[in-house]
Amino acid sequence: MNFAFDLNSIWFILVGFLFAGYAILDGFDLGVGALHLFTKTDEQRRIMINTIGPVWDGNEVWLITGGGALFAAFPEVYATSFSGFYMAMILLLFGLIFRAVAIEFRSRQPMKRWRQFWDISFSVSSIFSGLLIGVALGNIAWGMPLNSNHEFTGNFWTLIHPYAVLVGITTVALFMTHGAIYAAMKTEGELNKKLKGWINRTIIFFVICYATTTMATLIYVPHMADNIKDNPVLFIIPVLNMLAIANIPREIHHGREFRAFLSSCAAVALLLALFGIEMYPDLILSNPAAANSLNIYNGASSSKTLTIMLIIAVLGMPLVIAYTSTIYWIFRGKVKLEATSY
Amino acid sequence: MDAVLLSRIQFGLTAGFHYIFPVLSIGLGMFLVIMEGMYLRTKDKVYHSMTRFWVKIFGLIFALGVATGIVLEFEFGTNWATYSRFVGDVFGSALAAEGIFSFFLESGFLAVLLFGWNKVSPRMHFISTVLVALGAHFSAIWIVVANSWQQTPAGYHIVQRGLTSRAEIVDFWRVVFSPSFIDRITHTFLGAWQAGAFFVLSVSAFYLLKNKHREFARNSMKIAVVIALFASIMQLVTGHLSADTIAETQPAKLAAFEAHFPSEAPAGLYLFGWVDEENQKTTGLQIPGLLSLLVHWDSSEPVTGLNTFAEEDRPPVNLVFQSYHIMVGIGMLLILLSLIGVLGWYNGMLFKNRFILKVFVVSVILPQIANQMGWFSAEVGRQPWIVYGLLRTSEASSKSVDAGQVITSLVLFGIIYLLLFILFIYLLDGKIKAGPEDDTGGGRQRA
Repeated sequence: MNFAFDLNSIWFILVGFLFAGYAILDGFDLGVGALHLFTKTDEQRRIMINTIGPVWDGNEVWLITGGGALFAAFPEVYATSFSGFYMAMILLLFGLIFRAVAIEFRSRQPMKRWRQFWDISFSVSSIFSGLLIGVALGNIAWGMPLNSNHEFTGNFWTLIHPYAVLVGITTVALFMTHGAIYAAMKTEGELNKKLKGWINRTIIFFVICYATTTMATLIYVPHMADNIKDNPVLFIIPVLNMLAIANIPREIHHGREFRAFLSSCAAVALLLALFGIEMYPDLILSNPAAANSLNIYNGASSSKTLTIMLIIAVLGMPLVIAYTSTIYWIFRGKVKLEATSY
Repeated sequence: MDAVLLSRIQFGLTAGFHYIFPVLSIGLGMFLVIMEGMYLRTKDKVYHSMTRFWVKIFGLIFALGVATGIVLEFEFGTNWATYSRFVGDVFGSALAAEGIFSFFLESGFLAVLLFGWNKVSPRMHFISTVLVALGAHFSAIWIVVANSWQQTPAGYHIVQRGLTSRAEIVDFWRVVFSPSFIDRITHTFLGAWQAGAFFVLSVSAFYLLKNKHREFARNSMKIAVVIALFASIMQLVTGHLSADTIAETQPAKLAAFEAHFPSEAPAGLYLFGWVDEENQKTTGLQIPGLLSLLVHWDSSEPVTGLNTFAEEDRPPVNLVFQSYHIMVGIGMLLILLSLIGVLGWYNGMLFKNRFILKVFVVSVILPQIANQMGWFSAEVGRQPWIVYGLLRTSEASSKSVDAGQVITSLVLFGIIYLLLFILFIYLLDGKIKAGPEDDTGGGRQRA
């Protein structure tokens, strides 16, 4: 593979950037949700939800915008993947709706049953959403049966194969690690201690999944290693990724939670970068008929549209980054339950 | 039933359900800006307590708007893949701009609105309110840009790619300002402001009936009746301009609005009626020549009728006729109610007369119905086209999705949205009954 510095490649990177933003931000939201049921008291659960309280819906906007950008820049890819993953997408939507609703509704009634129900909804839908996102990624890497019109020809069960499920579980493990670190950063006292203990466990869980996925990829999906084989300098990405993960326990040990969180953000970003590098220039691999694959050229909008959108992105993204940072700055520090909290 | 029809039903259901919320967040957004602005200027505590109360309601509405809004973006891809391939080049820019310019603004600063009372200065909080309201309006702009392009495509050309063709952008600004855009976005904003104003009126009237939070309710109502009157009267203007544009750009839709079949005849305006599509007969009360007068300023000038179009190019007439007439009828009623509101404020009856207050309590439903019916007539009136004149709805769905899958998702959406709606009403009711807090700065601890 040779990297061509053209509009299509720029949009490949920009769409990747938006999805990476989503994975980093909503990743810890989903992770906090996945760990939610491990906390026991109502107060601890409230604190867990309130760590993500002011930011979760802004984080979900990254998915909406990523989806919008995919639609605009690569409409064929958007159409093929969203219709091909029909039931999976619908289930993901239900997962996200239930999550949103659970966060909103849990605090509205003090009854134990009410809260229990929404706690379970929140946690299960968080795990489920992460799992589905991972399964989708796994399928994109593995390849999906496409015909010459780039229409998906399988069904829901075509998508549920061991490799995809493995990537799904790995994604959940990654989000759990990321969420535990985020929650530790935002809490204090007993809960903070508890969460720090979980960080090590989630890291072990993640590393096991990650190693298994890597082996499975090298054995069954070897084309996902071609780009790095051709460009050995890119091997730096997986190395940096491992270093970022290894750095997490070190920072936690020294009590530097924010730096641990940055490390974990870097790990998520690097993992997606690795995925992107290996996919480039393809976007959806067709398996078995490889000729029907969609890439950044045959799946893209016209260069006119890509140019207009680049102008929109150049104008808009600095604003987005500015107000995302502003919001996180305003809500920095440990969570304290207040009148307006969830 | 086939997958196309099921997908249409699903899209209609999910879009209609979603649309309950953004009109309220647009309408309440503007209301919040006024209230918090008044607070900063006058330092009167009642405006502070109003802002705090309505922000909480806004938060609930916004959360449901986000949750149900993601569904629509996904559905373009899941259910309408062929359509997405066809319009992506044109439509995508608007959607991307919506995400980048509006959603981040809205959702980000909403956090400050809801949770930032003790973290930022009052001025910064007000700026956040303004930004959230702007974001809500921006998002409407971009989605109406995209929808208006579907109604009146402009600034594009058709490019053949292999066996299929698609629309590609030629001129971005002509895509944005397609012929129907300005009329439709103003009509949409005013509809949203009406929804917001009547919502505020309803809750406030409820408090006055219960003899609670009197000062809060009176002040809320004063702002709301002004917005309601302005929006309801202006709605006549934008509605008329919209119809004019439709007469020019989508004559089949206008003919369906008024069930006007013959092509070479002046057209009347029905106040109400029932259309027998088979025999092309409409029974109802009609003012002869009024449609001609409104379109051409001449009551004897003919208006293009449905007979000009081949049968397969006509929208379902009675459905469009009915939804359009319900919208117009409610529009008139809202003008009347707003006038009563303003006059009642003038002579004091608005805050005392129990009958007027009861009417305002239930009137919250009216702009909601009108907004739904307006979209319904706009979208069904565009049929059988998904992109007017370019792509038929019957050809636009996902080839890889069969009817069984859509039935499954449709049933699930039906159940989940019903539950969501019940929960929404339950929580809204709880918040309204709890009422505004006495303004002592801290507020009541939520258990």
